[in-house]
Amino acid sequence: MSVKHEEQFEPTPYVVAIITYIGYVMLAVFGHMRDFLRNHGFEKNLIATEPARTKDFVPLYQNFESFYTRNLYRRIRDCWNRPIRTCPGAEFELIDRKSPDHGWSFEYPGTHTRAINFGSYNYLGFAETDGPCADAAAAATETFGCGVGSPRAEAGNLDLHTRLEATVAEFVGAEDAIIFPMGFATNALNMPALIGKGCCVLSDELNHSSLVLGARLTGAKIKVFRHNDIADVEAKLRDAIVYGQDRTRRPFKKILIVVEGVYSMEGSVTRLPELIALKKKYKAYLYLDEAHSIGAMGPHGRGVVDYFGCDPRDVDVLMGTFTKSFGGAGGYIAGSQHLVALLRQRSHSGLYGASLPAPVAAQVVTAFQMLMGRAGPPGEGARRLKQLEVNTQYFRASLHRLGVIVYGHRTSPVVPVMIFMPGKIAAFGRETLKRGLGTVVVGYPATPIIESRARFCLSAAHSLDIIDRSVQIIDEVTSLLLMKYSRRPPPAWTAGITREWAEAQLKLVDQQRRPHGAANGGPVPRRPVECRGDPPDKVADENDAAVKDNLAAVAAAS
Amino acid sequence: MLIFVADADVSWEFSDLIEAIYSAPTYHLVFEGCLILFIVGLLFQHSFLPSKRRGGSGDRLSKAEEDQLIAEWQPEPLVSGDPADEALLASYQRCATSQVGRSVTYSDGRTLVNFATGNFLDFIGEARIRDRALASLRHYGVGSCGPRGFYGTMDVHLHLEEQLAKFYGCEEAVLYSYGFSTIASAIPSYAKRHDIIFADERCCFAIQQGLEASRSKIIRFAHNDTAHLEELLQRQAEHDRRDPKKARVTRKFIVVEGLYVNCGDICPLGELVKLKYKYKVRLFVEESASLGTLGATRARHLRGGRRQRAGRGSDSGWNRECSGPLRGFVVGTKYVVDHQRLSGLGYCFSASLPPMLAAAASEALTMVDEMRGERTARLKSVSDRLHQRLLAELDNLWSVEGAPMSPIKHLRLHRCTGENSLPALEAACAAAADAGLLLTVARYVAQDLGQPAQPSIRLSVNCNHSDSEIGSLLDFLKSYATGLAKKCFQQLNISRKVRPWII
Repeated sequence: MSVKHEEQFEPTPYVVAIITYIGYVMLAVFGHMRDFLRNHGFEKNLIATEPARTKDFVPLYQNFESFYTRNLYRRIRDCWNRPIRTCPGAEFELIDRKSPDHGWSFEYPGTHTRAINFGSYNYLGFAETDGPCADAAAAATETFGCGVGSPRAEAGNLDLHTRLEATVAEFVGAEDAIIFPMGFATNALNMPALIGKGCCVLSDELNHSSLVLGARLTGAKIKVFRHNDIADVEAKLRDAIVYGQDRTRRPFKKILIVVEGVYSMEGSVTRLPELIALKKKYKAYLYLDEAHSIGAMGPHGRGVVDYFGCDPRDVDVLMGTFTKSFGGAGGYIAGSQHLVALLRQRSHSGLYGASLPAPVAAQVVTAFQMLMGRAGPPGEGARRLKQLEVNTQYFRASLHRLGVIVYGHRTSPVVPVMIFMPGKIAAFGRETLKRGLGTVVVGYPATPIIESRARFCLSAAHSLDIIDRSVQIIDEVTSLLLMKYSRRPPPAWTAGITREWAEAQLKLVDQQRRPHGAANGGPVPRRPVECRGDPPDKVADENDAAVKDNLAAVAAAS
Repeated sequence: MLIFVADADVSWEFSDLIEAIYSAPTYHLVFEGCLILFIVGLLFQHSFLPSKRRGGSGDRLSKAEEDQLIAEWQPEPLVSGDPADEALLASYQRCATSQVGRSVTYSDGRTLVNFATGNFLDFIGEARIRDRALASLRHYGVGSCGPRGFYGTMDVHLHLEEQLAKFYGCEEAVLYSYGFSTIASAIPSYAKRHDIIFADERCCFAIQQGLEASRSKIIRFAHNDTAHLEELLQRQAEHDRRDPKKARVTRKFIVVEGLYVNCGDICPLGELVKLKYKYKVRLFVEESASLGTLGATRARHLRGGRRQRAGRGSDSGWNRECSGPLRGFVVGTKYVVDHQRLSGLGYCFSASLPPMLAAAASEALTMVDEMRGERTARLKSVSDRLHQRLLAELDNLWSVEGAPMSPIKHLRLHRCTGENSLPALEAACAAAADAGLLLTVARYVAQDLGQPAQPSIRLSVNCNHSDSEIGSLLDFLKSYATGLAKKCFQQLNISRKVRPWII
């Protein structure tokens, strides 16, 4: 297996799967018992009910529809929607909640808990209250205020917007780009401008809800392929071209393959080079959602296109968001000039939605500039990218060594750890928080019913010490909850990924930064045109050699 | 004991069976054998799934044939080559270098008086709101870095929700991070396939998207025509009487806008509420443009009639116009609104509102509360005055659409000034810029069913527009249209002069 596709999805052990199902059966049985008691007045009913005035209306939602909410979700509600009162940086402060009635309602006793933040999307650590980005945002607030109050197509266009678009286009290597004030809406409201009836959408089964909604709003035929399964994509593509539309049998007008760069619940990375080859072979179009990969993947932070060394012009629609890596909000679509001009004329969001608030635009522009080495301390952007990469590999390797089941790609900053059993979802969320670690736990319906998991989002703001402390907490909690399910030895690549390796890597980037600060400040060279399947091994070797030198130096010093 | 008996029973039956086979006539055995063969045949038959059938033995294409078809297939280009709308694209190039407040400065150095963007209560650039936003920026940073469920809930969000609920006198409020997707997610979180939605035909595009995403049956009623709506409701009630079983599970909704952005008039809320209770239909009111702007008449209606309001199915606002930073929210009873926290797509799957914007919105709401409708009353009187003057002074030159007190008005060129077309209005807006005024045509996408038949210039009033500013607007509109009328008249004259000569 090449480094590019070093992904792991260890199958669920049978015993664990059976126990998980038993857990859900127990919950359902108890849920029905509790419902029976509630309906017959033995237990006080705390569900919000229809007010008297609308009692005889058709119920807004059926009672059984909310069975899951009432009997499963409610018991462990404290693991979600945890309010915070500080900036979501490397650490944050949570507002404590107490529930007097087992999750029906919450009270705030007024105390706070400090915890390490592995829950927020802050890949490059741009969620900051000072520094160049925050300063730019403050300056923009002074000049422009907070809101604009008009769509860009009417009179809501600021020069900041135009600057941001130019910056995004340059960063991702596209001809032009258009920005939108909400990431979700970027997908949901722009797909209808590109395709419509008589077209076909090939969508990955694990695509984000916004892509699913966007595809549905187009009115095109939607075909779903198995997650990251290239053979299945090809089969479905051939089928779509050969057999055309259902019933009428006319050929499809166009076929759009919709994938994400990094999948936020699996931590897997799309197989971009193969998809590009397929797309060229079958004359389909490719829509790549880089929400979780832009800034977080690739040597220059330019997403999975950068990571695989592909030509950005081979991807027809490059979409991404500003929330995850840049500490802002909103999203963009980049591509050919024609595409962007079309979106400017037809995008629902551009014609109706208010434009991106100025402070957010300023924050994002500055973050991009830092990554390109044009703002902030010299080499700071490159340092953040390296720190995230090192953190990711180090954290993943440490988890593998603990013996938990970790999903996903070696370099993906989204790290899912499998929990499986419903009871352990809450236990994991609560026990980690008790020890000062804030994480996200996810269960059905966001995941398949037996594949509940915890998700850790790495950040360049985390230091190695924070990671060590978190791994120690995870070790304690997973031992306590018997969560070390893995029956495989840690993957081979984890062997060299130790604390010493991580320190040496970081030191290396520090050294590069100081003497060559000015050199780093220039624009990064353009991406190569040809698509390469694998990374240049030479570069990796050089890097390794440098790391070895550094290790020797560290050893000598100690 | 029991087991023994049962055992004995079975063994008896079994031996009996074998004996029966021996003693049966041959034709019977042959018949049974045929039956068994038939069953086996059925088991191995191909199923009738259309997808399987397509690839069935007969019409299965060979790989070479498939390749041939694939090579022949020519898709349409992703971006079809319809002509670019240069005027629309140009609006993306016109860059404001100052806040888009009562006046706006552009990169070419011109400062224009703003009659184009929604800033009804003149909150954009308000020092108090800006300071609160800055303080919040230094405390929370810019982005919230996560959806509400995953550490994207800050104390400012909770506070703002509480404040909104109190402002509306409702039990609960839910915040969304983008106006457009608020109503577009709120509708489909309740209305599903097989439900029925009665929607005003002039509803804005965000509502239409919500209707489409819900996949319910959509019935459109004539704009603001409660008689027509009642007729439709009656027809539905008739249906329900005939099929009560289906009616018991079919949810019904009315969707209207408080202040219609597409035509600037106000929904007859009182009558709608009556209809709601009469026909047991839930009511969605989209308040994007009406929150805080229709104070004097509606505030009493809203505040005084709290009970009535809380009784509404739901009430949704995506407010981009009034307080600028506030992006979108839904208020209503707990029973109604809480449901969205798990099923509103735009709520669950999107990063939450940047905390500094939430803080700014909260400050704006406090100001609205403190002012006790002072700016709202002023806005109403300015809108009213402008409306009267438009009618009085521009008769025969421009036609005005919209309610007198509405801060949104649509202007169209009158017949005798020439054709009212989009290019003509765009030219008027360009000329307005030369006269120091910022005007905009109302933009729509092609699929928008709610757009008016005729293009228009959308005027947005600001409560602090002075009489002289309004005067210069009127002067411009008058002189511009008079110029057009003259041109038009000359053409007419020429044609008149020419005509006898032809005859």
